Amino acid sequence: MTISNERKLTIARAMAEAIQEEMQIDPSVFVMGEDIAALGGVYGNTRGLLEEFGAERIRDTPISETAFIGAAVGAAQDGMRPVVELMFVDFFGVCFDAIYNLMAKNTYFSGGNVKVPMVLMTSTGGGYSDAGQHSQCLYGTFAHLPGMKVVAPSNAYDAKGLMTAAMRDDSPVVYMYHKRLQGMGWLGTEAGATVHVPDESYTVEIGKANVVREGTDVTIVSLGLGVHQGLAAAATLAEQGVSAEVVDLVSLVPLDRDTIRASVAKTGRLIVVDEDYMSYGVSAEVIASVTEHDISVLKSAPTRIAYPDVPIPYARVMEQYCLPNAEKIVAAWDQMKVA
Amino acid sequence: MTPARDEQHWMYRMMVTSRKFEESIEAIYMEGKTPAFNMADGPIPGEMHLSNGQEPVAVGVCAHLNAEDVVTATHRPHHQAIAKGVNLERMAAEIFGKKTGLSGGRGGHMHIFDADVNFACSGIIAQGMGPAVGAALSRKMQNKPGVAVAFVGEGAVNQGGWHEAMNLAALWKVPFVCVIEDNAWGISVAKDASTAIANNSDRAAAYGIPGKRIEGNDPYAIYEAAGEAIARARAGDGPSLLEIDTYRLAGHFMGDAEGYRPEGEKDALFDKDPIPRMRSKMIADGVATEAELAGIETDAAATVDAAISFARSSDDPAPEDALTKVFAA
Ligand SMILES: Cc1ncc(C[n+]2csc(CCOP(=O)(O)OP(=O)(O)O)c2C)c(N)n1
Ligand SMILES: [Mg+2]
Repeated sequence: MTISNERKLTIARAMAEAIQEEMQIDPSVFVMGEDIAALGGVYGNTRGLLEEFGAERIRDTPISETAFIGAAVGAAQDGMRPVVELMFVDFFGVCFDAIYNLMAKNTYFSGGNVKVPMVLMTSTGGGYSDAGQHSQCLYGTFAHLPGMKVVAPSNAYDAKGLMTAAMRDDSPVVYMYHKRLQGMGWLGTEAGATVHVPDESYTVEIGKANVVREGTDVTIVSLGLGVHQGLAAAATLAEQGVSAEVVDLVSLVPLDRDTIRASVAKTGRLIVVDEDYMSYGVSAEVIASVTEHDISVLKSAPTRIAYPDVPIPYARVMEQYCLPNAEKIVAAWDQMKVA
Repeated sequence: MTPARDEQHWMYRMMVTSRKFEESIEAIYMEGKTPAFNMADGPIPGEMHLSNGQEPVAVGVCAHLNAEDVVTATHRPHHQAIAKGVNLERMAAEIFGKKTGLSGGRGGHMHIFDADVNFACSGIIAQGMGPAVGAALSRKMQNKPGVAVAFVGEGAVNQGGWHEAMNLAALWKVPFVCVIEDNAWGISVAKDASTAIANNSDRAAAYGIPGKRIEGNDPYAIYEAAGEAIARARAGDGPSLLEIDTYRLAGHFMGDAEGYRPEGEKDALFDKDPIPRMRSKMIADGVATEAELAGIETDAAATVDAAISFARSSDDPAPEDALTKVFAA
């Protein structure tokens, strides 16, 4: 596909642009978080907003996550549409009550009479030796708990559309962006994440997965950075004459089980790639979506490539050993064939 | 209370060792990161928070501590670790992610643990507070000697966990001192943009304990105030709070362009570098000769070089070591 006026943006810029355009038309949208004003966010996703909207609507906060995320809940219930940033998802430990007991439950507790229209954006992922308190994904942790939508873009087009959709949603949305897709100058970025992004405001539906590569022999399901690893593996497999389909989940809550099931019904084989911890998580949920629906479509046992159930080590050799990558996906296919 | 001659020599030695260590780490951190800076590359990857400028806090406090005393530190831990007597070779190796590191490469720069000298870290803001209060409680319950000190940044005082731990320490009257290193910034956010009052030491009143602010990043004034607070804790009279005016001569982390700093702020800070100031004072006071201080500087450089060489020449861990040490053996 050739695009006239191609405008490639990083995910960071796409997120900032979505917030900017929404703030221009909706005075109830405002942003709170640590280092999101003058610095523009450690991961660049609020850059330029302070200059345009000022400190009243672009608020640097103290290092008080419980207070400002709780405050976002209160403001959201009172007619505002806050976008708040938890700088690293790992920091949820100091503020989870505001997230899962308030943000996620107040709509239900009120019998639907109270809305909590807020976005909690947070960075995820490792691979750059930031060790065990700054490298986790925790997708499953958030997706497990009812009452919050959870999205994770793999590219800048989806990043902008999902952010706009999240800000317009009347329910809370947790927006999980991967650091190694973000396009920061000081951290390597997966090239495939930086794509054409339309100038004008648009939404990407929350709850809809994308088939990003079609194939017939095996389905590779992932999200965020893992989608690019799945695509790289699919390219390698293609050289071996294997046709892999790659599904980008885009959204964990709601989870588009139909798209997963349709793909596996076609290919008969499933590999799930998840940078989050292996057990009790996204990978198991994806597999269960298929097996509890119709196990007869499977030609071999599903496989998952996920982070082992250990804290994330600092040393590069140990961390890289644990992380998913394209080679592990190809090796999983090799195992599957013999099985 | 002025530090004795030997103590002053020790304080100067630790400040210089810390600075030289940071300067070495700073240079090595950039290896493999030019021309394109990518935090993931080079012999020392990941975030790196240097302590240049904050050395007086570490030495003024740790001058009163022994190996048995407990220290919890933060994401910016090197100066405190050095002053607490953490094994420098194994700390360097940990920062290089080597098998010989304190944690075999599992923790890295933000997770320096040396049980031999009761030193621990957390990269989560204010989360050293609870463990330090708990260690102090344990000493009290076991009737064992020792105090616990939590070092935190001024930004950490706005964290709920900080207040909970302060109240607990005061309520249970445990041998604990909280030392706030006020370097005026939490990443890009200035203290006055994040904190409702000027002096965090005033918050001690909320817990009914002594609180003191020490101006000037002055190792002597810090020594005196810390000495009182730690003596009070040792005597069983309960916790204290110290807020120490200090400054960060480096960026928040390496790679930080520091565009948020007002023009000229950095230059003015370099003019007040505490290390040359202490040097001049020791000579002026007749506490050390030029030759003695030069000797300390040479020794410190040699100590740091030896630690760095040890780290560089050590082996990487085996990749599958990642899967071990999750549970106690
Ligand atoms: C709970 C939590 N929130 C946010 C962060 C991100 N963070 C790391 S350092 C820092 C600033 C800390 O400022 P301060 O406590 O003053 O320490 P300094 O960096 O100045 O030494 C922040 C916000 C974190 N590590 N933990
Ligand atoms: Mg600070």
